[in-house]
Amino acid sequence: MTLDLTQPPLPSEIAAASRDERARRLKETANAVRRSIVRMIDAARAGHIGGDLSVTDILTTLYFGVLKLDPANPLAADRDRFILSKGHCAAALYSVLALRGFIDPALLDSFMKPLSVLNGHPNRRKVAGVEANTGPLGHGLPIAVGSAIASRLCGGGWRTFVVLGDGEMQEGSNWEAAMAAGHRGLDTLCAIVDRNRLQQGARTEDTNRLDPLPEKWAAFGWEAVEIDGHDHAALYDLFTRPRTGRPLAVIANTLKGKGVSFIEDRVEWHHKVPSADQVALALEELAR
Amino acid sequence: MNAHMPPASETFDCRVAFAETLIALARADARVVAVCNDSVGSSNLTAFQKEFPDRVVNVGIAEQNMVGVAAGLANGGFVPFVCCASPFLTGRALEQVKADIAYNGYHVVLCGMSPGMSYGELGPTHHSIEDLSWLRAITDLAVVVPADPAQTEAAVRWAHAAGKPSFLRIGRFKVPSVSGGQGEAFAFGKANRLREGRDVTLVATGTMVSRALEAAEDLAARGIEARVLNIATIVPLDEAEIIAAARETGGIVTIEEGVVSGGLGAAVAEVVVRTHPVPMRLLGVPGFAPTGSTAFLLDHFGLNRAGIAAAASELKG
Repeated sequence: MTLDLTQPPLPSEIAAASRDERARRLKETANAVRRSIVRMIDAARAGHIGGDLSVTDILTTLYFGVLKLDPANPLAADRDRFILSKGHCAAALYSVLALRGFIDPALLDSFMKPLSVLNGHPNRRKVAGVEANTGPLGHGLPIAVGSAIASRLCGGGWRTFVVLGDGEMQEGSNWEAAMAAGHRGLDTLCAIVDRNRLQQGARTEDTNRLDPLPEKWAAFGWEAVEIDGHDHAALYDLFTRPRTGRPLAVIANTLKGKGVSFIEDRVEWHHKVPSADQVALALEELAR
Repeated sequence: MNAHMPPASETFDCRVAFAETLIALARADARVVAVCNDSVGSSNLTAFQKEFPDRVVNVGIAEQNMVGVAAGLANGGFVPFVCCASPFLTGRALEQVKADIAYNGYHVVLCGMSPGMSYGELGPTHHSIEDLSWLRAITDLAVVVPADPAQTEAAVRWAHAAGKPSFLRIGRFKVPSVSGGQGEAFAFGKANRLREGRDVTLVATGTMVSRALEAAEDLAARGIEARVLNIATIVPLDEAEIIAAARETGGIVTIEEGVVSGGLGAAVAEVVVRTHPVPMRLLGVPGFAPTGSTAFLLDHFGLNRAGIAAAASELKG
């Protein structure tokens, strides 16, 4: 059993809660997700721990507070769509899907094991709740743009959320998609950049500079907002505010490895696997 | 007894049949949308756009986004027909074709317009001679090359109903009708045996089918009875018909408007070597073409009546 939070909140409870209570429950849930990530990567002896931990609060806020989804009917026509463009952070997505009731938590123990449905990158044909098979970078945003166009064309009204890594913004396909979404004013679309400032080999700004990132999105016709990507209440407020006529780009400032002191903001932890002692220490820090 | 049609004098741009069929499908099915890259004119979508202005998603000159958007539209319940010049659809967006469409299993119809050397004098950057080789290597993607208007219409209708990803290679270079009077114009996964013969088999696709039929006429005059197969479905290949050709005619010539490495010729050879090895000749485009019109280049590379007949004669000699 990889999950140790027996009663995750329902989205209806998060919506009804006070702002402080909402933040408290989302944080509690996010920490359970983080513990699950550490255990999965420990068992698999592989994974992308740094990015998993930086995106956890964004995923938790979306799945437990924002997305209109029904785990009993994961392909409902008018469901909100969520696409994890940074597909290498599948452990975070699988953990959230398990806590939210899309997949059996027991499956998490099979992460990346031979013939497991839980591949190192998500597969919609094998895992309920996954909308798109991602992995090569720069693919999620174009698919999300197509989903938002579909929502408008058929009057479905669903919203589409996509999470991109910040390093991923170096891919040209993202800017093709950003231009198309801005041109069309796709205001059911929300792109969230997990701005942890580290890519696999070095800091983003030392590799191929992204700043000023909000200004770039704004120049492509988006409303761009910078936010603390670990502030659940602020994320919730931003994700649930009324539509504006423009797509929303959320530059979520995060720490790669958030929550584990010796992993936070260290480039070498992109896909390093913790030792047994480090796993114990990480779980202890995440239990607080 | 040969049931083939004599080579007809009237020739057709298959994009016309493609566009007419797409409009007919769109009238009956609100899920049908066209996705393109500033290619409304070159994909012959002008009439479609006039009738269904909201159902043309023109993303501008951005092929990677175009294919990703099609995947997202399919996720949202639509049946997108991606209409784009084949060199750019298959070359520029190859990873999107693989990952977003084939691997995801989305029901998207990728329509590679003006393939092969359709763009003649524009040169090798605009030629799509690699598309069949590239796409054959992608799992879970049907690859279809209609040879004339009747096959084009039938293939478009099949792709619309297929419920899975497909690539259609839609010709611009004018071709005569080859499937008239032959029964079903297109059955997915089935070769059309257009002419009987016991001496050699000509296996052709797309623009080369009518030329193979012409070559068979010349071969008959020399006493060589050539069987002619039209392979409209490259993936999955009609292996039974290839094996029968090897067993019953003892030699095979493949002809395609594309590179031989990895294309139709390679696909046929893969079946032949592991079932019933026979001598083969593989005709296609040998490399980057010099300047010239499509008709000139096809002649230049021997992809014509005389070149095909010569290769078959040599094989039998």
